[in-house]
Amino acid sequence: MNNLLSATNTIVEITAVICLAAISISLILLLYRIIVGPTNADRAVALDSVGMNMMGLTALMAVLLPTTKLNDVILLIGILLFIGTVAIAKYLEKGVIIDGKLD
Amino acid sequence: MIYTVLIPLLLASFIPFISKFKLKIHTGVFVFLIPLVIFLYFIQFIGSGFEPVRHTYNWIPSLGINFDFYLDGLSLLFALLISGIGTLVVLYSIYYLDRSEPLGHFYVYLMMFMSAMLGIVLSDNVFVLYTFWELTSISSFLLIGYWHFNERSRYGALKSMIITIFGGLSMFGGFALLSVITGTASIQFMIANTDIILASPYTPLALGFLLLGAFTKSAQFPFHIWLPDAMEAPTPVSAYLHSATMVKAGLYLVARFSPVFGDYEWFFIIVTIAGIVTLCWGSYMAVHQTDLKAILAFSTISQLGMIMAMLGFGTKVAIFAAVFHILNHATFKGSLFMVAGTVDHETGTRDIRKLGGLLTFMPITATLAMFGTFSMAGIPLPFLNGFYSKELFFESTLRLQDDISSIAGFLVDIIPYLAVLGSIFTFVYSLYFLFGTFGGTSQLDKLTKKPHEAPLGMLISPGILIFGVILIGLFPSAINGTFIAHAAEAVYGGPIAKDIYFWHGWGSPQFQMSLIVVGIGAVLTATRTKWSGLYHVFPGKLSINKIYDTVIEKLDTVSTKITTFYMTGSLRTYMIIILSTILVVTAGFMLATGGITIDFSDLAPVTAIEVSVALMVAAAAIGTIFVKKNLAVILIAGVAGYGVSLLFVIYRAPDLALTQLVVETVSVALFLLCFYHLPDLKKRNEPLKTKTINTIISVGFGAMVTMIGISAHSSDWFGTISDYFLKTSHSLGGGDNVVNVILVDMRGLDTLFEITVLGIAALAIYTLIKFKTNRGGK
Repeated sequence: MNNLLSATNTIVEITAVICLAAISISLILLLYRIIVGPTNADRAVALDSVGMNMMGLTALMAVLLPTTKLNDVILLIGILLFIGTVAIAKYLEKGVIIDGKLD
Repeated sequence: MIYTVLIPLLLASFIPFISKFKLKIHTGVFVFLIPLVIFLYFIQFIGSGFEPVRHTYNWIPSLGINFDFYLDGLSLLFALLISGIGTLVVLYSIYYLDRSEPLGHFYVYLMMFMSAMLGIVLSDNVFVLYTFWELTSISSFLLIGYWHFNERSRYGALKSMIITIFGGLSMFGGFALLSVITGTASIQFMIANTDIILASPYTPLALGFLLLGAFTKSAQFPFHIWLPDAMEAPTPVSAYLHSATMVKAGLYLVARFSPVFGDYEWFFIIVTIAGIVTLCWGSYMAVHQTDLKAILAFSTISQLGMIMAMLGFGTKVAIFAAVFHILNHATFKGSLFMVAGTVDHETGTRDIRKLGGLLTFMPITATLAMFGTFSMAGIPLPFLNGFYSKELFFESTLRLQDDISSIAGFLVDIIPYLAVLGSIFTFVYSLYFLFGTFGGTSQLDKLTKKPHEAPLGMLISPGILIFGVILIGLFPSAINGTFIAHAAEAVYGGPIAKDIYFWHGWGSPQFQMSLIVVGIGAVLTATRTKWSGLYHVFPGKLSINKIYDTVIEKLDTVSTKITTFYMTGSLRTYMIIILSTILVVTAGFMLATGGITIDFSDLAPVTAIEVSVALMVAAAAIGTIFVKKNLAVILIAGVAGYGVSLLFVIYRAPDLALTQLVVETVSVALFLLCFYHLPDLKKRNEPLKTKTINTIISVGFGAMVTMIGISAHSSDWFGTISDYFLKTSHSLGGGDNVVNVILVDMRGLDTLFEITVLGIAALAIYTLIKFKTNRGGK
């Protein structure tokens, strides 16, 4: 039984490390897309994907450490990512983020 | 004694009220009593049994700065001159200045000056002396610029201010050095400890500073240039400040410190050369002047040089002659200034080319002028005090001890000739002054007023001074025993028994020198118009005024140039200056002190995920430099920010990660808000040099910060205090989130003020937007 548990642990860790490596590669590829472009929409989508990768990466870190303290971070990334992407999208669409006359 | 110094200053504050309310009576009438009372107070000290008096009043005892008043023979001589001539000048000014002038100002400045001058001569504490010294500079500035609507007055006031304050500050340096060397601020203590001062390596510096102060104040060559320009002042001021009192403050200083430096050879060399050069140059230049007061100004310069030279000689007879001549010069020069003022007042001009033949119109003034000029010229008439001092001067030049040094020996050889040369020109300008004004034919058509004899009141003061000239001339020994000898002893530091002789005999060398002066002087006076072309050759266009003007102008233009050189208004330049200064100072300091340490011993193992996230952040940071589109830059910077929050996650800092994420998102949104209103980034074509400098500074700065980080990590001098927080977080703070317990419990004060910062920022943003809106609404 103990053997089985530690074997499961090992499998989980190994899987997490492999996933981390994959996410790292994904992040670097996304960075390439952000820097090169060519349009701002490409960059916005890439940034959104960076955020999703970050959520995954945070979750994997929580598995590896192991801790439950990082769960807030995952949720927050989700919310902020949505807000941020909407803001950028609105900027790209209208040129302003908040409607209404400021001046 | 402190009352005599401070009373003029205190009463000066009441003068404006008097001048406001008592318009019927001249303000000077009230002021007149002040110097008179002081004079009567000091006159009681005169007597053969005079002993120095000392009074001390605490001012700043912890710094050794106190009102130490010390009245010895020298101080008494000066105090009597200041108060006595002050009385006469106030009397003269009552008749000279009209009631329509701002009299309150005049007498306030004059009383300020009198206080300051009495303070200088009575102070034993060098710092108090310096305080009064600056007060004379300031009040003299105010008095010269009395007619401030006149451009020449303002120029003269500024010039005298700059030169005398320059000297005053340098003198302060000398005082500071002397008080550091001796450990006291008392002049008498310094005199008592001369050997300590002379043994110190700083003595040449202290002497140089001190003499610079004395030379600028006493208008010695080449600092004499302010005195002729100070003649724009009202004539009572010229008579008082620029002949009798203030210009003698430098002489007082040299005399006061001559017991200290008397045995120091350079004191002899510097003071003697300065004095002799000033004597010759002043008397030579005086003949060239056309303004009566300018003649007298250069004459004052020359006479001051003569006294300075005698103080430099330092022999018994020279010191005696110097002190004697200080008194004599004050009497005849004061009266001559008043005569010049009277002539100006009655004819409307001071230009000697327009004057002449005034003898018939102003016989009394002419008589006074004759006695004054003859005394100034040193004409051998045994009832004029100038003659005695000139004889003593010649005697002292002939009886100089030959020192070892070649410079001193050379000086000793040539000084008698230079003294005769200077005296010849003194003779020439004296007669030029007298006959140019009162002799010859009158040119009434050139005068604005019809000349007539001055009112009696205006003649009283010069009359009293001329009476003094004759009195001293007739009874020199009476003055000598009770008065002059004490002063000379105070300067020499030992007993001086010197009698003044009416008659030295035909064979005495000083009398022959006097005869030479009179002979050649008479010839030169008669042929003055023939050789006055000499002045076009020498000094010609050379003039120290020109140097002064150039220096003042260059100071202005060059400093403007320097300021505009680095104050370009470009923020980029300022950033370069700031960053490179930090870089050079910090990196230089680290390199010089061996502050760079690299230690690998307690590094944590590096994992692949850290490396890849770090690479991402670095790549994003570098990417922002090269991308040229607004939005792209924001997004790439956003990646860097999110990458940092990932690093926080990896390094187990969930609170930081949370905050970083929120802040990063808000910043990106704010950037988007801003960039909507901003123009697009442009590719700037900067020259290669600018790019290189930017690169060097930014790379250097980054390297420096990295080095500081590495060194800080490698040199772990103290253990961390985090263990304490980890242990006590629950028991003291009642929480398990250590970061939050630190933020609100352990170090809640920091948090409070960070909240304040955010509040201020929010208010400021609100104000900025609202302010703009409101202004637009109007």
